[in-house]
Amino acid sequence: MTALAKAMPQLVTAEPLMRFDSLSKRYGPVVALDDVSAHVYPGEVLGIVGESGSGKSTLLRMMNLQESPDAGTYALDLPDLPPNLFDLDRFERRMLCARRIGIVYQNPHQGLLMKNSSSGNVAERLLIAGERRFHVLREKARGALDASEFPLDRMDAPPVELSGGMQQRVQLAKAIALEPALLLLDEPTTGLDVSVQALVLDTLKRLQQDRRMTMVLVSHDLGVIRTMADRVMVMRQGKVVEEGLADQVFQDPQHAYTQQLVHAKL
Amino acid sequence: MTPLLTVDDLSKTFRMHHLGQALPAFERLSFTLSAGEFLLLSGPNGAGKSTLLRTLYRSYLPTGGRLIYQSEQGPIDLATAADVDIAHLRRAEIGFVTQFLTARPRVAAEEIVAEPLRLAGTPRETALDAARHWLATFGVKPDLWRAYPTTFSGGEQQKVNLARALIRPRRLLLLDEPTASLDAGARAALVRRLAELKDEGVAMIGVFHHPGDVAALIDREIPLKTKEMADVAE
Repeated sequence: MTALAKAMPQLVTAEPLMRFDSLSKRYGPVVALDDVSAHVYPGEVLGIVGESGSGKSTLLRMMNLQESPDAGTYALDLPDLPPNLFDLDRFERRMLCARRIGIVYQNPHQGLLMKNSSSGNVAERLLIAGERRFHVLREKARGALDASEFPLDRMDAPPVELSGGMQQRVQLAKAIALEPALLLLDEPTTGLDVSVQALVLDTLKRLQQDRRMTMVLVSHDLGVIRTMADRVMVMRQGKVVEEGLADQVFQDPQHAYTQQLVHAKL
Repeated sequence: MTPLLTVDDLSKTFRMHHLGQALPAFERLSFTLSAGEFLLLSGPNGAGKSTLLRTLYRSYLPTGGRLIYQSEQGPIDLATAADVDIAHLRRAEIGFVTQFLTARPRVAAEEIVAEPLRLAGTPRETALDAARHWLATFGVKPDLWRAYPTTFSGGEQQKVNLARALIRPRRLLLLDEPTASLDAGARAALVRRLAELKDEGVAMIGVFHHPGDVAALIDREIPLKTKEMADVAE
């Protein structure tokens, strides 16, 4: 770096909302994460791409505090939180995730009680956060379902009776019910047909624009990442091989693996 | 007066790992650009004109040199700036006008055009009003404003693209064949708008298939030449 470049401070002085440093995780002989660091600024969408087994879902589970690493730290720039969220106990983690972190899984069975009503699924998140008044639960659930562009005349239907796209909207409503600081999306459109996929992506994009919601999106679908992400992180065998602005990573990939990945897209 | 942009010894080489080869696009390029200046990039196909524009926008990473840009908050080297700063400058100060529209499916033309204003915090209805104004300026018929541009002709998409690119005031505009596939009316509207922006002090660097369209605006020209591909060790 030149002397002149050193003298130039960063223009954006805001702190990243989320930062993880040097995360490592092994499952026996398998290295799932190897010294992974990243950050996400408020209002930004970080896309994580990579082949199966690259470590992207492990990383997302850690962001949702469902797993702990062998080494490394994870911080959210929110009041009253420790510098490393892995220091929280199980109850504190559950409360933090219920109140400040939303997640949408690829498989709705993972995120929803399939035989409870859709509005009940959303209200469950509010109950965990301490809300007990029925009319408030009902109204907030309705508001979250509406924001997720779920047809309100079906709000009392259980997810088991809904299409895949509708089930994803219920998951999304549940995830955003408490206006989380961070929304995690784990392959949210995989398995949906193309037209439903486009509708779900539109809803996500609208939420992101209207609420400046910070998102981390994991997908192996480069089209989905390209549509949604501001920045992209490319993972392979537990390591970050490339990271950059989405258009730069797609138009001028530097790493041999990223070039292979981008050029393999139909 | 300090130039708005100082390009100093800038180089860009594409490394194609699967071929084991490197393709230099341009080497050790230096020039400056001041507020209100209009610079034309010229040269044959493959000379690196669009590559230079994309490198200035940081869609391509430079392989050498510096790009000192005088932002409203102070100087910054676009070649090495953090992604978050580049994203900020793209939202606030530096615009890129291409001939290709990257439209999300099922998003109406007026919403696509309004997006840069909405991202800057403008209320939805105000942003949509401005979007409709610019769509009308570039000759997009009102019955298409609520339609999806993915179904439009190339020329209509280009008009949507121009409206989106010019809806927010910028300090530096990068123009990559913005008049390609436009009809005469839209081309004239664009040239009028570029002239207004130049008068307002917006600096512009552009590639034009027919430079005659903007002949009256051009202050300087940078000719670029085609380079040869070279083998590299992996």
